[in-house]
Amino acid sequence: MSALWSFFVEPFAYDFMQRAVLVAVLVGAVSAALSCFLVLKGWSLMGDAISHAVLPGIVLAFLLGLPLALGAFAAGLFSALATGYLKEHSRVKEDTVLGIVFSGMFAVGLVMFVKVETEQHLTHILFGNMLGVTAADVLETAIVAGITLLVVLLKRRDFVLYAFDPQQARVMGLNVRLLHYGLLVLLSLTVVASLQAVGIILVVAMLIAPGATGFLVTRTFGRMLAVAMAVAIGSSLLGTFVSFHIDAATGPCIVLIQTAVFLLALFFAPRTGLLMRRLGHVPELPSAPSRQ
Amino acid sequence: MTRLSPEVPDEAWRLDRVRPALEVNDVTVAYPNGTVALRNASFRLAGGTIAGLVGVNGSGKSTLFKAIMGFVTPARGSVGIAGMAVPEALKRSLVSYVPQSEEVDWDFPVLVEDVVTMGRYGHMGFFRIPSARDKQLVAEALERVGMSDFRKRQIGELSGGQKKRVFLARALAQEGRIILLDEPFTGVDVKTEQAIVELLRELRASGHLVLVSTHNLGSVPEFCDQVVLVNRTILAAGPTAEVFTQANLERAFGGVLRHFHLEGADLHDDSDRRRVTVLTDDERPVVFYGEPGPDRSDEPERDR
Amino acid sequence: MIELLAPFEYDYMVKAMWVSGLVGAVCAFLSAYLMLKGWSLVGDALGHAVVPGVAGAYMLGLPYSVGAFFAGILAALSMVLVRQRTKLREDAIIGIIFTSFFALGLLMVSLWPASVNIQSIIMGNVLGISDADALQVVIIALVSLAILILKWQDLMLVFFDESHARTVGLNPLMLQVLFFTLLAACIVAALQTVGAILVIAMVITPGATAYLLTDRFRTLLLLSVGFGAVTAASGAYISFFLDGATGGVIVSLQTALFLLAFFLAPKHGRLAARRRATEVEELP
Repeated sequence: MSALWSFFVEPFAYDFMQRAVLVAVLVGAVSAALSCFLVLKGWSLMGDAISHAVLPGIVLAFLLGLPLALGAFAAGLFSALATGYLKEHSRVKEDTVLGIVFSGMFAVGLVMFVKVETEQHLTHILFGNMLGVTAADVLETAIVAGITLLVVLLKRRDFVLYAFDPQQARVMGLNVRLLHYGLLVLLSLTVVASLQAVGIILVVAMLIAPGATGFLVTRTFGRMLAVAMAVAIGSSLLGTFVSFHIDAATGPCIVLIQTAVFLLALFFAPRTGLLMRRLGHVPELPSAPSRQ
Repeated sequence: MTRLSPEVPDEAWRLDRVRPALEVNDVTVAYPNGTVALRNASFRLAGGTIAGLVGVNGSGKSTLFKAIMGFVTPARGSVGIAGMAVPEALKRSLVSYVPQSEEVDWDFPVLVEDVVTMGRYGHMGFFRIPSARDKQLVAEALERVGMSDFRKRQIGELSGGQKKRVFLARALAQEGRIILLDEPFTGVDVKTEQAIVELLRELRASGHLVLVSTHNLGSVPEFCDQVVLVNRTILAAGPTAEVFTQANLERAFGGVLRHFHLEGADLHDDSDRRRVTVLTDDERPVVFYGEPGPDRSDEPERDR
Repeated sequence: MIELLAPFEYDYMVKAMWVSGLVGAVCAFLSAYLMLKGWSLVGDALGHAVVPGVAGAYMLGLPYSVGAFFAGILAALSMVLVRQRTKLREDAIIGIIFTSFFALGLLMVSLWPASVNIQSIIMGNVLGISDADALQVVIIALVSLAILILKWQDLMLVFFDESHARTVGLNPLMLQVLFFTLLAACIVAALQTVGAILVIAMVITPGATAYLLTDRFRTLLLLSVGFGAVTAASGAYISFFLDGATGGVIVSLQTALFLLAFFLAPKHGRLAARRRATEVEELP
């Protein structure tokens, strides 16, 4: 019992840990929400792409003295638009275009960085800096995550329909284009919010694992969302504490705990888990919608 | 799998000596998720034939093709091609396959002549360098389908009918003795459709075995001399006149066909009392003149 | 003017340019296929998934490619396993596996920072490549190139029309396995030049650029290999003057070349398309 105490409560005495915990909860919640849509829509590559494409935006913002979050958001959006444009006007496949755009932008960002900053800062942007967040960072994250979460939760039915059946959505009079770009905007915002916690490199993990875990153990979207959030927030918190104790980078700790939870779900989930299948219980599997 | 013919040395299996034959023996194919796509399928076809493979989507037609091409291994039963097991036959390039248009990536950077040359790969050596004969066969195949002028075009630039011709040319260049065509008439213009039928007749005349998977019912009696009706198993197989009947078709398609009965005074004004039945799968319909309907000759003529 | 020749005076630079050029060439060869199939995610995943293997190998004093390969095989097997068991989409499965592996690698490095340089793995370090590592890269690249030159047509056939490939006696499964093995090998080689994150560019961008310039697959291959080799070698060269960020420079060059082709390609480029559109409008 006292081990638990020393694990959780002692570090909490520190200011930076309190801030880290706050960020962990915020980032966990918002990335879990987006991750549900990404998993349903097959947008893992998109999440990967936007999370990398933000780098030149960050560097540019730094050079111009603007808030880094703004630069990141602009770059993320730009990459989505650029991909759309290039795909529209050439015969190159969409996934290929995505790969070219985001790797190209990331490369440019790296080159710019070399001329600009110290190694230290690059490391934080790439890998996160949960244990070093300032109060201002927390505020920024709260605002971005808050807005995003609000929009997602308010419009979630429309987004779910769009994710499952875009044709139906169109037929029902929903503005599919708006939903599409809206989702991309929200994705960019989520990436921006999560940078603090896990950095560019591992944001994509936060955008896939929670949703995937939710998908394995539930059948309705509402429950999937709830499970995803619980998993994400839980792993963020646990990961933060673990990294504090073993003196390792926070990002990887969070991601690995999320993976462990996913594996647990894979093996033990009541309806769809491997264990139940082994025991001869062959259930109806919920199926992911066909690729749009 | 025992050979249909007695033991013969390898040279005897040179392409010009091979008698094409297809033997499907009690084939059952099940997919990993448990569905049984085809059950106890059996039929035989010999060269010098155009056979129509008729059934709805999901009837097991494509599964049958996959079994013939070695894509799936039957859980039970066997497929014999020219007396050999499928892998051996494929190694000898005995089977040519003309795909459905939907399956092809038309953006692939290949020219018309590249695609036709691909038909020769089975005959090329390790380094895949086309010989003079390979090039000649490619040229002849292109000529035969009327696509010589389009040799250097990228395949995406062609019309529907032209695209189909390119893949026919490939099948010809391959010198396969058994030609499989998957829904060859979808999306082609009438002129190309006639050209295709013409070509198939030529192939039949030269001893090839042509198997056409189609749901264009109206065309089947026109050029198929044999028919294989598929609905998860082989409902019937044999000469068209015997097998391609209204009763069989209704069994094959279940309730999925559009069914029109026209009879008596509604149809025409003469003494021909036969009932006309039109069956269609939304492609060209087939029309049967059948049993006479109930005698309505006592009723006054109706105005049309 | 003389300064521009400076890199050629240094052994390590000449070595870096040769190694980069070779790696660029063979990755570009593969990119012709990958980009046609849209397999960006797989390329990205492989690059990230091998990181724990590389980190582990360095820590244990083994050749880095051995560790990388080991990690790559493990990742591939995990993907296949998870795929068998769930209805989770392909891209989500790939995403979870590779990000977890990558996180593991980062964790290892963060716990034992002395034994391995994180920057080298993530961002590449061909300018400082050891002779032992350079040798591994060259061997992998040359062997892969040889196999690809022999088998490029068969691979093209399998990726274009798998059914037809069977009917001419090819074994599509074996060829696909061969392809992905070569891909894994070349990605391992490319780690040294551009690092885990940018590897994806090497295996899709040159091919995509060539795709905008020709309709013939063989020409596409030649162009792609040319672009890959030249951009990689030049990138190494230029990074001498920037004192680092070789990977960033190489990929930026490749992307720039792609954009040039996108706009200016004679037949498939944007400007050409607009010209054609206005010509049609101007018809009487």
